[in-house]
Amino acid sequence: MTQSALRDGPLPAAALIERPTLRFLTCGSVDDGKSTLIGRLLYEQNMVFDDQMAALERDTVKHGTTGEVMDFALLVDGLEAEREQGITIDVAYRYFKTPRRSFIVADTPGHEQYTRNMATGASNADLAILLVDARKGLLTQTHRHATIVSLIGIKHVVLAINKIDLVDYSQVVFDAIEADFRRFADKLGFKIITAIPLSARNGDNLSVRSAKTPWYRGPALLTHLEAVDVTDDRAERPFRMPVQWVNRPHLDFRGFVGTIASGRIKAGDEIVVANSGRTSTVARIVTADGDRPNAEAGDAVTLTLTDEIDVARGDVFALPKARPEVSDQFSAHLIWMSEEPLQFGRSYFLKLATRTVPATVGSLQYRLDINTFAQDEAATLRLNEVGLADITANVPVAFDPYADNEVMGAFILVDRATNATVAAGLVDHGLRKATNVFRHDGTVSRTDRARLKHQKPGVLWFTGLSGAGKSTIANRVEAKLNTAGVHTIMLDGDNVRHGLNKDLGFSQADRLENIRRVAEVARLMADAGLIVLCSFISPFLEERRLAREICAEGEFVEIFVDTPIATCIERDPKGLYKKALAGEIKNFTGVDQAYEPPEEPDVVVGRDNEGIEKAAATVIEALVHRGFIDRFDDLVDWAI
Amino acid sequence: MLHTPMKAPLPPHLRQLEAEAIFIMREVAAEFRKPVMLYSIGKDSSVMLHLALKAFYPAKPPFPLLHVDTTWKFKEMIAFRDEAVRKAGMDLIVHINQDGVRRGISPVASGSAVHTQVMKTEGLRQAMDAGQYDAAFGGARRDEEKSRAKERIFSHRSASHAWDPRNQRPELWRLFNTRIKQGESMRVFPISNWTEFDVWDYIAAEQIDVVPLYFAKPRPVVSRGGSLIMVDDDRLPLLPDEVPTMEEVRFRTLGCYPLTGAVKSEARDLDAVIAEMRSSTVSEREGRLIDHDESGSMEKKKREGYF
Repeated sequence: MTQSALRDGPLPAAALIERPTLRFLTCGSVDDGKSTLIGRLLYEQNMVFDDQMAALERDTVKHGTTGEVMDFALLVDGLEAEREQGITIDVAYRYFKTPRRSFIVADTPGHEQYTRNMATGASNADLAILLVDARKGLLTQTHRHATIVSLIGIKHVVLAINKIDLVDYSQVVFDAIEADFRRFADKLGFKIITAIPLSARNGDNLSVRSAKTPWYRGPALLTHLEAVDVTDDRAERPFRMPVQWVNRPHLDFRGFVGTIASGRIKAGDEIVVANSGRTSTVARIVTADGDRPNAEAGDAVTLTLTDEIDVARGDVFALPKARPEVSDQFSAHLIWMSEEPLQFGRSYFLKLATRTVPATVGSLQYRLDINTFAQDEAATLRLNEVGLADITANVPVAFDPYADNEVMGAFILVDRATNATVAAGLVDHGLRKATNVFRHDGTVSRTDRARLKHQKPGVLWFTGLSGAGKSTIANRVEAKLNTAGVHTIMLDGDNVRHGLNKDLGFSQADRLENIRRVAEVARLMADAGLIVLCSFISPFLEERRLAREICAEGEFVEIFVDTPIATCIERDPKGLYKKALAGEIKNFTGVDQAYEPPEEPDVVVGRDNEGIEKAAATVIEALVHRGFIDRFDDLVDWAI
Repeated sequence: MLHTPMKAPLPPHLRQLEAEAIFIMREVAAEFRKPVMLYSIGKDSSVMLHLALKAFYPAKPPFPLLHVDTTWKFKEMIAFRDEAVRKAGMDLIVHINQDGVRRGISPVASGSAVHTQVMKTEGLRQAMDAGQYDAAFGGARRDEEKSRAKERIFSHRSASHAWDPRNQRPELWRLFNTRIKQGESMRVFPISNWTEFDVWDYIAAEQIDVVPLYFAKPRPVVSRGGSLIMVDDDRLPLLPDEVPTMEEVRFRTLGCYPLTGAVKSEARDLDAVIAEMRSSTVSEREGRLIDHDESGSMEKKKREGYF
């Protein structure tokens, strides 16, 4: 066992500093030996203290799977539940240090249902160790993990071919697995792949090269980890600083607080606010340790500007010559992390850098087959699936492709109802340049309001006899729209007469006024971006023409609920036909007053005793057809 | 504490950890309605307070400090707390579980488990509810204990402050999902990725004040079950044959004095403490009597709302 200098006494200060920390993750299938590997690394670096060792000896007897030999996996398998189950259920972070370097290890689960945790570990790692059981070779999980590691942009991979002792330290087995992996990884864009034959349990090739694999010429795992150069060129890339917070301790100080994502900045540089296009000049770079002349990627700073320009959390500073893209549409890889599949058209919160905006997923270009890297057609993305999708944010967002800038190209999607993180996203490319970067005239148009809701506003006017089922059908349509995330409101004849129009009677003039007011209210609500469902007998052509004229062009949808009068009389839900037929109510439509059927209704339902479901589906289909709710694929499914 | 002219630049790994912690604190200030910083007076709290002052400079941090006082802290801790808070110019809320006091709960009479549950865990819940805080910073680190290793930086708690290890949100990149429902809250651990070494190296590099109990000095102690317990006041009942003796001791962690074991040491200053720690073979939690009940006991406490 290697003795680290740590226990031999304090090291000279110079040996402990100036070594950049290496963040790496370990991943592989169940029982490949990840936890054992990390436990053993900690043990050999003397990061396991005497009291922890004593606890380990107790635990080996209670939970261990190794019999007499110390079960190093128990050092790192933290939570009680998983120790009892024998599988790792979450990402565990471990810390150890050699005289040459500090390490942060993300130990990630191998079980398929926890692949999202692996992606989590990968997102903050510089290097990945993929563990393979020498007896089993590459498995589906190995492919999946390698794909995710590649997608997340990790360039350095160690293929740790573990349990080499169980195949008699065979070079033939080792070479075959390595060749297999290199063939698969050919498309994944790794910069460096280092294959190492290992026995985590026995410590072969872990911190020193093993005499049992004389055919292996490469470094021991730890030697490789100490030496590997993962420095990135973030500081050399275009300057980006997402604003986190505005610091205003008093009237004379207004600082923009954030961590520099990439590039460099110095006092006196001209900067631009990506979204608004406003420019200013950096006055000071403020830190608690005093002002600095310059700062670079990774620094958490506070900038003050020479001009009073409008800047808020979520804005991004850049240099005018090298701006990020600003667009409300982009194409991105999604790693789906929720049990509930991706819902097209549903509004999610999208958090990119410090900006959080509502966004929808429009369509899926393909789903990635992680075994073959092939692009498949798919209806949606389910838990642990990866695909390329088109994202629409409700306002333009500043971003860069993930390949160019990790901070500016990574995002998460959050379910608005449960607050669960449902997807990790990586921007591939922008889909259209926003044409309205400088547009800020202070007025919000009805189009702007509707755009926020990702829907086309409309007035659905249900007309027909009393008892025809107008309100019932309208209610069903509204329920379906609501479930799909469409913003609606219902105006119903009876309800309106109890409030807005309670001063009106049933004279010819009052009935027209009733309809006029309802149409005006419907118009206002459509202006607010809503789909308004109006359910009124409205027996006369003139009334409905008036309503159509009040509403905006193309927004009025006349739905004729053409239930035969015999059926209406039979239903008579409010007992009104009975009274009208008995002469107790005058001017009752269908009895002693005519109903003028629409000459060219947009939709007709209620004929041939069709049920409510079929009628509602017909209306929904018409709305999809007319582009009111174009992206709701699930609604189309219901309609069929 | 700030603007010390003699300070050398931080080594890269500490600069990275500092920037990460500052980013996290700013994210909380920007995204939560009413955050609070738990202040437990120990070295980790000293580092947290220092980081908060740096993160929001020249403004004061936009949240108060909260100390859940079990009434059994070392006298020197309370004196240090009041001085540190005064120097920082921060607001401090001290919460004592008065119900526990009325019930006569103490580490001596009730044992460590009940005392911790009532005075710390329940006390924290009371204070969180009373202040209606939606986010609380804690100084926990992942290297402290096995179940901490899987803790998120932003750890979601239900309206009853419960922690569900099976239902944690994935934390991708530095994109923290800060959305919570009414009544729920978040525990936020900005120094999750720091090790005990990092904390001490940072304290040395930034010249941060810590409670003098961390440094060796002759103190009156009695030996109990292999631990050296300091006789900090006359509330600690002595057994018939027990006589406090003066020993040169220091503490690696600080808590309630009857529950905190001292170690024999001659490390009287920071450099000596760091040197001693680098050659230690015992983890820092060894000095905490509450962790010994059984392996996995920390996870149980966390599920119930202990920090």
